Amino acid sequence: MSFQLIPSDINLDFVGKRRFFIALSTAINISALVLLWFVGLNYGVDFAGGSLVQVRFTQETNANAIRSALAPLNLGDITIQDFGKVGQEYLIRFAKAKEVGSIGKLLEQALAKRYGANVAKVVRVETVGARVGRNLRRDGISAVVVATIFMGLFIAWEFRHVSWSFGAGAVIALVHDVLVVTFALVISQFQFDLTTLAALLTVIGYSVHDTIIVSDRIREDAAKRRRENLAAIMNRAINETLSRTILTSGTAIAVLIVLLALGGPILRPPAFTLLVGFITGTYSSIYIAGPVVLFWERRIKVGALSRAA
Amino acid sequence: MPNQDFAPLLILIALVAAFLWLHFSGASGSARLYLAGLLVVTGVVMLLPSLGVPIPDWWASVMPTPKIQLGLDLQGGTHLLLEVKLDDAVKTALRRRGDDLVRELGANKLAPVKISQDASGALSVTLKDQAETSPFLDLMERSFTDLTAAGAGQAATGAPIYRLTMRQADELQTRHSAMDQALETIRNRIDQLGVRETTVEREDDNEILVQLPGIQDPERAKQLIGKTAVLEFKLVDDQHSIADALKNGPPPGDEILYGRPDRGGREPYLVESPVLVTGDVVTDARVRPGGRLEGPYVSVDLNARGAQIFDSLTAANVGRRLAIILDNTVYSAPVIKERIPGGRVSITGRFSFEEAHQLAIVLRSGALPAPVKIIEERTVGPSLGHDSIRDGAISFVVGAGVVLAFMAIYYSGAGIVADFGLILNILLLLCVMAALQATLTLPGIAGIVLTLGMSIDANVLVNERMREELRSGKSARESVKHGYLRAWSAVRDSNISTFVAGLILFQFGTGPVKGFAVTLCAGVATGLFSCIVVTRAWYDYQMEIRRLTQISV
Repeated sequence: MSFQLIPSDINLDFVGKRRFFIALSTAINISALVLLWFVGLNYGVDFAGGSLVQVRFTQETNANAIRSALAPLNLGDITIQDFGKVGQEYLIRFAKAKEVGSIGKLLEQALAKRYGANVAKVVRVETVGARVGRNLRRDGISAVVVATIFMGLFIAWEFRHVSWSFGAGAVIALVHDVLVVTFALVISQFQFDLTTLAALLTVIGYSVHDTIIVSDRIREDAAKRRRENLAAIMNRAINETLSRTILTSGTAIAVLIVLLALGGPILRPPAFTLLVGFITGTYSSIYIAGPVVLFWERRIKVGALSRAA
Repeated sequence: MPNQDFAPLLILIALVAAFLWLHFSGASGSARLYLAGLLVVTGVVMLLPSLGVPIPDWWASVMPTPKIQLGLDLQGGTHLLLEVKLDDAVKTALRRRGDDLVRELGANKLAPVKISQDASGALSVTLKDQAETSPFLDLMERSFTDLTAAGAGQAATGAPIYRLTMRQADELQTRHSAMDQALETIRNRIDQLGVRETTVEREDDNEILVQLPGIQDPERAKQLIGKTAVLEFKLVDDQHSIADALKNGPPPGDEILYGRPDRGGREPYLVESPVLVTGDVVTDARVRPGGRLEGPYVSVDLNARGAQIFDSLTAANVGRRLAIILDNTVYSAPVIKERIPGGRVSITGRFSFEEAHQLAIVLRSGALPAPVKIIEERTVGPSLGHDSIRDGAISFVVGAGVVLAFMAIYYSGAGIVADFGLILNILLLLCVMAALQATLTLPGIAGIVLTLGMSIDANVLVNERMREELRSGKSARESVKHGYLRAWSAVRDSNISTFVAGLILFQFGTGPVKGFAVTLCAGVATGLFSCIVVTRAWYDYQMEIRRLTQISV
């Protein structure tokens, strides 16, 4: 026998409560912008330039001991972060050293002086020049902007028969989702590197995906019930797709929790980004995209009509 | 780059196309299921090489056996992005033309001129007096058409000064050939490392991407790449004292170069600026065992032109010292005891065997036309790679388990059908990656796991619709039909959006991100096919054979 999580006759009033949720989302978005300005993302070497070295120790040690072992190298500002196996694996990050080619070897030698030979092993080196970092950041921002615009145009075209404003709704929902994810990334200070950016773009894809499912139902119902007003149709469509929304997001979120827990430290930032993004993406299809369409239809179009008359 | 063979991909596409044809022409469900079975068998066979199963020779000779490539982050290795300083190549070319000009002026019985090069590389020529102007400009027009001479005022003595720059077309040509030569040279050097499946390719106007999978000692590779290896011979100036030159700057036409770092610091040499022979005449370079005191040395063979220049050079300068200079460092400055015909030169310098070996490699593979700088490095050790593979595999298995179990429990019968679709989806996705010889990176594994979570959406949409239709009182047959039909527009549009996001990711991403984008896009395509088209065949088959009256969803 199969289960049913959401009763088929469910009829919650989503659209009626939109003012509260829009206020909430606006507050979160504004704080995201404020945080972004004052605290900022924890940019990885991909975007900030510099070097990142992952070192594995055969014995337990701590950040201060590593710092003093590396002091003779004059690497400047060093951040040392526990990574993976507690006490035995560290990420060492510093502005780019002069000799790009031999950072791994230099560090291994300096550590060997303190810990003895073969205790510390460099397992990963990432060095990105400042110019490359700038280019990657530029490409990253363009990717997010281009993706958002494309998605908006695609949705506007697909749902033009109901209202052109679906495109605007989707774009505002996307901006909202990107800001919420940014908010979470600033607070958690997870490293923002290329993989995290890829995750953010996937969130954009998913958010639109989810918005389309709800909008598709609105399109279908709007064609069937021409008499009913858009708010009622929208609320019905959201309820009708609610079961699917919960199931799909639920499985995706379960999978992401698995990735977060078992995927290892390298996958943690992107898995976290995806997790937050999928939750907010689901939320924004219901509470942001729809209300924007309603707002547009009622205020702007009606306003324009009354002015014309 | 592994050689591409499209046969396996074509077979996959043909099978899928045949399936789609059967699907849309309304063929019976059982025929489609047989074809699905064939697809599964083909898929499994195609994945065998990637799973490390040995392939019999007779099979490999009939059909190419492409494999999924593991990214550097999984198998360990080094990724380097190099910037070729093309501005320097232009400067060097201008400097050489300056040397040519001095020689030509002499040959044309014109008074010697003073030539200097500024930071931008432009040459500034000070003529002796006004009378020299027109023969100088004649010579420029005749023999130096690649340069533009522009009047740049007068010196204090009234002598005219000309500023020489390279014409734009010639400068572009210089940059272009410098880039080609740098690429070729680095490829030659990398080949000498004996690492399999390396990549050396042009990435941008002035960038070269080098990938060295599975390399144990990236330092050695980086040292090899970084050496410019410009070999020059210049005469040592014995007329002037080096101490004076160090204090007051070198006399005109001379420059100060330093020897290799030694216990007593680096020894300075005063040499005459004109380059007598450059490294582009080297045909071969070999390590030779030397005596016990001086250690191994490198023996260099010159081509005919180089040998001839070297011959007349040594004949004319017996008794003087000749500096052998590599990358602006004086390696040795032996006295020319006699004329040296035959074009064989030894470079000594108390090398270790390893140093001599590297020197021979860089001399043999040719000089870099311009210095090369590493601007990006990503190195992953093999142990970290293994950990990533393990973490990726575990999260894949657990993630897949969660999704499969959930569908089967929540939708029972229809859930199990969806699960088969999902398994086929993963199989096909991996096959497409194998056929394209795509690179599987750690983010790529995350992409596959994510694909699992997202492609399930298609089946959820269909199953939810089927439930709705059943509730509205439709027959099982009608419910299946309408379930698929009504869900289609949502499935189509939502997948297009994910696909477009993947394309943008591919366009703007690099390395591992590109790998993620490939899995995302391929996953959308295989997901639509497996979860929508193939699962439908099962329901049609049920309805034909068992006269289906009830579905469990």
